[in-house]
Amino acid sequence: MSAFLDHLPEFWEGLIVTLQLIAASFAGAVVVGFVITAMRVSPVGVLRGIGTAYVETFQNLPLLVLLVLAVFGLPEIGIKASLLVTAVVVIALYEAAYIAEALRSGVNSIAVGQGEAARALGLTFGQSLRHVVLPQALRTVIQPMGNIFIALTMNTALAGAVGVVDLTAAANRVNLMEAQPIPIFVGAGLAYALIAACVGLVTGRLERRLVMVR
Amino acid sequence: MSSLLFDEPGPRARRRIRIATVVGAVAVLGLLALAVRQFAANGQLDADRWQPYATWPMWRYLLNGLWSTALAAVVSAALSMAAGLALALGRLSRRRWVRVPAATYVEVVRTVPALLLVYVVLFALPRYGLDLPLFWKLVVPLSVSNAAAFAEIFRAGIGSIERGQSEAGLAVGLTYGRTMRLIVLPQAARRVLPSIVSQSVGLLKDTSLGFVVSYAELLYSGKVLATYNGLLIQTYIVVALTYLVVNASLSKLARVLEARTPQARRPRRRLIRA
Repeated sequence: MSAFLDHLPEFWEGLIVTLQLIAASFAGAVVVGFVITAMRVSPVGVLRGIGTAYVETFQNLPLLVLLVLAVFGLPEIGIKASLLVTAVVVIALYEAAYIAEALRSGVNSIAVGQGEAARALGLTFGQSLRHVVLPQALRTVIQPMGNIFIALTMNTALAGAVGVVDLTAAANRVNLMEAQPIPIFVGAGLAYALIAACVGLVTGRLERRLVMVR
Repeated sequence: MSSLLFDEPGPRARRRIRIATVVGAVAVLGLLALAVRQFAANGQLDADRWQPYATWPMWRYLLNGLWSTALAAVVSAALSMAAGLALALGRLSRRRWVRVPAATYVEVVRTVPALLLVYVVLFALPRYGLDLPLFWKLVVPLSVSNAAAFAEIFRAGIGSIERGQSEAGLAVGLTYGRTMRLIVLPQAARRVLPSIVSQSVGLLKDTSLGFVVSYAELLYSGKVLATYNGLLIQTYIVVALTYLVVNASLSKLARVLEARTPQARRPRRRLIRA
């Protein structure tokens, strides 16, 4: 236990980096995910194609491959950014594909009559998306979004494999010094479980309050 | 075409769609041009930096890595599916002492990153005298974490089978075990086949953690190759494209299977194309 307590500062720093990774990449992923979803449901064939290609590409590539490509490859073509920023951008782009997929299935679950009613009222494409379709779609995808958030939390650990000193990497470093793996890795695991439990709690609350029974 | 969000476009909408098409195409081409310029400006487009990937020895090396990837993926898929099925049946058991441990395993493992499990096997177990061979250092943590995911897939599949099916089995005098084995599981297996394939794609992606344990799968092979020939971005792009081709084919298979599952055969109103 002392191995864990002696290195609380390192763990704390790792936890902060992990939380930063989670918050920044989730925010980015939501924004990109919304844009991709809007493209995929739009009447413009080219945009639909781009959206589909985006989702297909990112869902079929391992995140670690993308991270390695960005961290070690991009400097070769003169694109240099800090490690943390690179990791956030890559994780955000990767998870955006999953968010887009969840949102699209949410949009798909809405009755056609809703869209027809919106058009009958004279709402434009953007207006009916914003005022009629998305609010309903969002309510049906709270649980999948929660799952994506938890998957994203787990995936931020991969940033540790390319040099970002997040919670996982910090645990590993402390273990290399102290060689007391059980308390150290259990402690790190508990921190992740705690984050996931918080997400589960929030999405559960939101779901009970917002979900629509059809 | 028309859908949830728009009707058959009229003349004005068609003009707007044409404009958006041009803008979208120009944006994509612009991004591509920018990328090509960036590559060229840094000398990464030189023929001698790409030529090696048109030669057989390089591909033989990478395909060796792909073979190891497949091996690790298949073995951990088999292990985690078996464990997942046991966990799913355990969670549905009427005996508390079976149900609670199974549920705990699934809930706990789902909230621990696979990389952390890899580190545990890599750095913690050897201290307790359990130093696994490289292959198992990758396969064991992947199986441990994917077992939880498969358990949830199987549980959902079993739950989706109508009650009447197992009631009928029990009514004709089958035991609980035989009802499961002969009636419920075969039907559930067909329903969850697409989810199993897509989870397997996820597992195949997870084998890239071989990068961390130095197991020579595709990504680690790419790392070794890039260190050796100094063609960093070229190597990793080739590796990424290889993953893309393999996984996209498997995902395509999942979609074909999904189109053939019983539920999908019921007519369902598709709202949005593509």
